Amino acid sequence: MKAFITVIGKDKVGIIAHIANALADLEVNILDINQTVMDDTFTMIMMADVSLCTVPFSELTARMDKAGRALGMSVQIQHEDIFNSMHRL
Amino acid sequence: MLHPSEILETQKMIREQNLDIRTITLGISLRDCSRASADESCRLIYDKICRLGEKLVPTADEIAAQYGIPIINKRVSVTPIALIAESSGAEDYTPFAQALDRAAATLGIDFIGGLSALVHKGYTRGDEKLIASLPGALAATERVCSSVNVATTRAGINMDAVKQMGHIIKDTAALTADRDGIGCAKLVVFANVPEDNPFMAGAFHGIGEPECVINVGVSGPGVVQSALKGVHGEPFGIVSETIKKAAFKITRMGQLVAREASARLGVPFGIVDLSLAPTPARGDSVAHILEEMGLERTGTHGTTAALALLNDAVKKGGAMASSYVGGLSGAFIPVSEDAGMIHAVETGALSIEKLEAMTCVCSVGLDMIAVPGDTPASILSGIIADETAIGVINNKTTAVRIIPAPGKKVGDYVEFGGLLGSAPVMKLSDFGNHEFIQRGGRIPAPLNALRN
Repeated sequence: MKAFITVIGKDKVGIIAHIANALADLEVNILDINQTVMDDTFTMIMMADVSLCTVPFSELTARMDKAGRALGMSVQIQHEDIFNSMHRL
Repeated sequence: MLHPSEILETQKMIREQNLDIRTITLGISLRDCSRASADESCRLIYDKICRLGEKLVPTADEIAAQYGIPIINKRVSVTPIALIAESSGAEDYTPFAQALDRAAATLGIDFIGGLSALVHKGYTRGDEKLIASLPGALAATERVCSSVNVATTRAGINMDAVKQMGHIIKDTAALTADRDGIGCAKLVVFANVPEDNPFMAGAFHGIGEPECVINVGVSGPGVVQSALKGVHGEPFGIVSETIKKAAFKITRMGQLVAREASARLGVPFGIVDLSLAPTPARGDSVAHILEEMGLERTGTHGTTAALALLNDAVKKGGAMASSYVGGLSGAFIPVSEDAGMIHAVETGALSIEKLEAMTCVCSVGLDMIAVPGDTPASILSGIIADETAIGVINNKTTAVRIIPAPGKKVGDYVEFGGLLGSAPVMKLSDFGNHEFIQRGGRIPAPLNALRN
């Protein structure tokens, strides 16, 4: 199963490293990354394969939320189908 | 891969524009729970709802977490209780309502619908008893919602039922007078009631429905309003296109969640209801969509046209997004549950007469309207008769959910709290209709019922 991880907040050093580490700890494989900084706001969207994730999805969500809080950023993780169903026929 | 702007658009809809799944409603047939003993029947009803609905709330929560979309309400609708309780010798059906209430509490849901009767052409004994039990049953329960269908296009209008419902609404208000007549907020009088409506208070599980079914209602007035902000001053063709696109996206969410809930619960998917359902929350108002189109305040001249366009565009956009569409599927214009509607009434822009006109072009009818507590039953019946006539003649669903708030006068407020919101008490006509309502009998089916 693939999921999108969205990280939004004030830009600072080490955001990608911190989030990527948290994902690696749970065996989540990052497939693609898109990242921009506009007006000091950091926005990153990662597509990741969570099929080998070592914890249930709810726990993964909680861990990513915690990782985001440590950086003072908002982190969301959502199943890819919500975006596919809304934007693709 | 999806474009980042698409991902962010979806997230913005959820976080800033109140996009959510308003309700996942599990329809459950109780037709096998009918017994000669009311006690046994109530026990079977409770057990069956608890058994089939056991996983509803945890499954909905799981889906909400996985997709990152809030699922606000989890609800259950059941076969109209008049049909189930009729075989028992019971005179008062309150125990059946209490069995539903207990089951709803056990499942952890806020409303259960189906304390209902279908009397558009006449009453059976069970219908009579159920309707007579409504005021007591609604006062004795917290989560039970009730509906009575008094008219259809094919049958005409049962004016005996219309007359009686005026009294039942008054009695229901009196028995819940300590809470501004909240019992009436859980009682809907319908014409052409749909059998698969997932929204409360009018939901029940129709007799043509399967054993168990998942119906989903979406909501996104904020998304539509926000989309319209981007086409300020553009002609109506563009307004309509913009609404269609937003409605498509909103409905696709509903379709996804409905399919997922159906698979996880092992229950067939019924329909997605395309209604735009507002809440009292800021940025979740249907009235504000109409005002975004250029009306100074909802209720001014042009409001009906704006609503007609909105309602039609939502259906056009939504119909392509879902494999099965049903329920009410139209914009809701409840007064107490919509911040913009409340404001329109408060400022004198919106009268009950204009609301009635608006119900000709959208679902569902005169909804969550507070009127003075001393309103005679015949006036309430007159309001129901007018509204059902609109439904019957126009082949559409209409409904009346009206609260004659005990002790309140025009300009006072009723406070129900939560999703039911609060409402200013509205002015009605000062002229009587007693003789008209006293006639009783049936208004025959209109010519457009003869379609074969």
